[in-house]
Amino acid sequence: MPPHPETWLKVTEAGLYCEPGGFFIDPLRPVDRAVITHGHSDHARPGHRAVLATAETLAIMTRRLGEGRAGESQQALGYAEALDIGGVRVTLRPAGHVLGSAQVVLEWQGARAVVSGDYKTRRDPTCATFEPVPCDVFVTEATFGLPVFRHPPAEEEIARLLASLRVFPERTHVVGAYALGKTQRVLALLREAGYDAPIYVHGALTPMNEVYASFGITLGDLRPATVANREALAGAVVIGPPGAIQDRWARRLSDPVVALASGWMRVRQRAKSRGVELPLVISDHADWDELNATLDAVAAPEVWVTHGAEDALIHAAGLRGIRGRALHLVGRGDEDEAVAEAPSVAGSAPDGAREATEEPP
Amino acid sequence: MKRFADLLERLVLTPARNTKLAHLKDWIATEPDPDRGIGLAALTGELSFDAAKAGLIRTLAAERTDPVLFALSYDFVGDLAETVSLMWPAREGVNEAAPSLAAVARTLATTSRGELPGIVAAWLDTLDASSRFALLKLITGGMRVGVSARLVKVALAERYGIDVAEIEEAWPAVAPPYTALFDWLEGRGPQPRGVDAPVFRPPMLANPLDEAELAEFDPREFRAEWKWDGIRVQCVATRTGAKLWSRGGEEIGHAFPEIVEAMEGLEAVLDGELLVLREGVVAPFSDLQQRLNRKAPGAKLMREHPAHVRLYDMLFEGTGDIRGLGFDARRERLETWLAREAPARMDLSPLVPFSSWEELAAIRAGAREAGIEGLMLKRADSPYVAGRPKGPWFKWKRDPLTLDAVLMYAQRGHGKRSSFYSDYTFGVWRGEELVPVGKAYSGFTDKELAWLDRWIRNNTIGRFGPVREVEKALVLEVAFDAAQRSSRHRSGVALRFPRISRIRTDKPAAEADRIEAVLALLDPAGR
Repeated sequence: MPPHPETWLKVTEAGLYCEPGGFFIDPLRPVDRAVITHGHSDHARPGHRAVLATAETLAIMTRRLGEGRAGESQQALGYAEALDIGGVRVTLRPAGHVLGSAQVVLEWQGARAVVSGDYKTRRDPTCATFEPVPCDVFVTEATFGLPVFRHPPAEEEIARLLASLRVFPERTHVVGAYALGKTQRVLALLREAGYDAPIYVHGALTPMNEVYASFGITLGDLRPATVANREALAGAVVIGPPGAIQDRWARRLSDPVVALASGWMRVRQRAKSRGVELPLVISDHADWDELNATLDAVAAPEVWVTHGAEDALIHAAGLRGIRGRALHLVGRGDEDEAVAEAPSVAGSAPDGAREATEEPP
Repeated sequence: MKRFADLLERLVLTPARNTKLAHLKDWIATEPDPDRGIGLAALTGELSFDAAKAGLIRTLAAERTDPVLFALSYDFVGDLAETVSLMWPAREGVNEAAPSLAAVARTLATTSRGELPGIVAAWLDTLDASSRFALLKLITGGMRVGVSARLVKVALAERYGIDVAEIEEAWPAVAPPYTALFDWLEGRGPQPRGVDAPVFRPPMLANPLDEAELAEFDPREFRAEWKWDGIRVQCVATRTGAKLWSRGGEEIGHAFPEIVEAMEGLEAVLDGELLVLREGVVAPFSDLQQRLNRKAPGAKLMREHPAHVRLYDMLFEGTGDIRGLGFDARRERLETWLAREAPARMDLSPLVPFSSWEELAAIRAGAREAGIEGLMLKRADSPYVAGRPKGPWFKWKRDPLTLDAVLMYAQRGHGKRSSFYSDYTFGVWRGEELVPVGKAYSGFTDKELAWLDRWIRNNTIGRFGPVREVEKALVLEVAFDAAQRSSRHRSGVALRFPRISRIRTDKPAAEADRIEAVLALLDPAGR
């Protein structure tokens, strides 16, 4: 009988640890060996000695964390390749979350666990599509693990943005989108919908756009959004990080329509509390139906939930005879959750607050 | 239904009053009757359906959704109608046309309680999520989109270019869908008029005092009054009836029937503070709040929390408009009238005599009674002007008290704060243990809220339903207006209007305040 994954895949303070392989997955603190699912900052942290990830994720990490901070040694693993680490067969399969995002498939002595990282299963022109891998234990997120979260097709949301541009041709449409993944997806969807005017981009988003371009994902005519060209921005689409859309930066724009691309926008009080006039329900995470369909597709008898609304997903899994377990991994941000910033007080902000300010996962 | 849902959506997402007005004016200009008037009535809460209540929605939710998932979703979303509208399971093959707003309103008003669930469920199957939300909000009432009856009247006035006072005059004589009103506004008929109806007149409001400015004012030109810690009301009694209005023009007489009763037979428009008063002593605001929370108070509540109006101004005496008189002249009329009529449940808010600003500042600093929030300063010659004119009236609140407390529990908020941990229970040290002394829901910025929310999620040590217990590690500076003895709190004290004034990440929890420090702040009247 193959060893149950809970005997060899452990929850530690630093995160999930594969004992026979001697490596962590998305560890919270610097470790000797780390496998990284994707480049968001709550998964890809600095200071590990050896890092294994897809080439795209390594490029993203290096660009964000700086040369040398994204692992003293890096090893790229393609989606089709396999690697033996201490007897554990490790493969990376597409997670459909952002460019380079991967599920980590671990096989040891006949047992298979899949650590999916963050994922979505619907179409995204900027990254490889999620592939379900049948397994004994499926480790899932549950960011949108409540039945109130049903993301409409992203294309429909983009159509609403374009409709608003037609209704308010003089107003600058400021779209809040996270730097890694969401921005490029929104840009690609706009281009697919036939919008070929220049799109103005906040400087904080440029590095990731460049990384995407280096992997062949082109996003059309992008120009820097600076206050100097306020005139040109009237009636244009401007994309900025969510923290910037209510900032002085955005207030200087021409009578802006504030939009935010996020799965949370499904709850109108969330949109309201952020001062968003045009909520765009576009998420890089699986919605409730996707989460449940994925549990069925991987057919695992047991599912571990890392973070999010674990109670509801575990309950729903239980109704179908799937055993659920909440891992309560700390330090995982809900993807598009309000940008947490340290309040302006004396003293230092608690761990993580500053990082979240710069780059919500 | 879809257009009304769109209007609701836009109103919800528009914080600015002027933009809300623009949306309302657009609705008034473009929506056909009778949906136009029905929609306005729905926004201002004038539609009420006896057979359709929140319980109906809960019943439907229970039939169509899993109870655990429903409870978790409701806890997250914080609003019953929105929760059900979002999680309502789609039913394949439904091919009915969505109902119109007027049809929905008519059916809700005329259908029996027993038939409604089936009809509403069938409607929900035909509607998209935002229309489902609009429908469910119609049923539960209370749109909470920041549109008061007053704002609708202002929108009508602006749309048709007439004085809002004219709309107020006509309003008591019309009812949804306001056909006679629109006939008048669009030139097809006369102005509907309630004869001598007890209508609302916008009150005069004060600006916060900038203490630096005081030196420039001559104390002889000002009158001072206590600023009572109740709610501002307008008592309107005419030959045709009596109404109690809130400051914003909402009728609240149903919650305070004894006040309306006391107004019967009078003929005046009075400005004053609604309080709970026991044997002449103003009770803490929380006592009044218990009355405000009830649509219709029971006999016991009315007996134990008797309402009272403390008067400080008069707008009409009889049918005579005296708003053009100066403050002193109106005050004299009020005093004489009050002495003559001697109405029950009303008394006069006394003037606070002073001869210099220093003297008045000392009086203000010495006032710690629960019922007093500070002082009002009014120019002796100021006429009564609607709105918040700059210059004639000032409010001079007393300084808040503060203490450093430790965050103990957090709960997700409802309404605007839903899905954020925004309700904080905090405590102070008693010996080696922390005892809760209050709950705060405000005072923080949106950024601080997001930060606190994240801190709470990352520092949770226990969960009790919607409540999270957190690591006792975060110090919050809490501002409050007064401390009172309380048997309901384990610590024995309760704080009046506590709010988070600062997040003290610089201060270790062990150095937060002790219960002795709170006891030293107790209100003399509450000890």
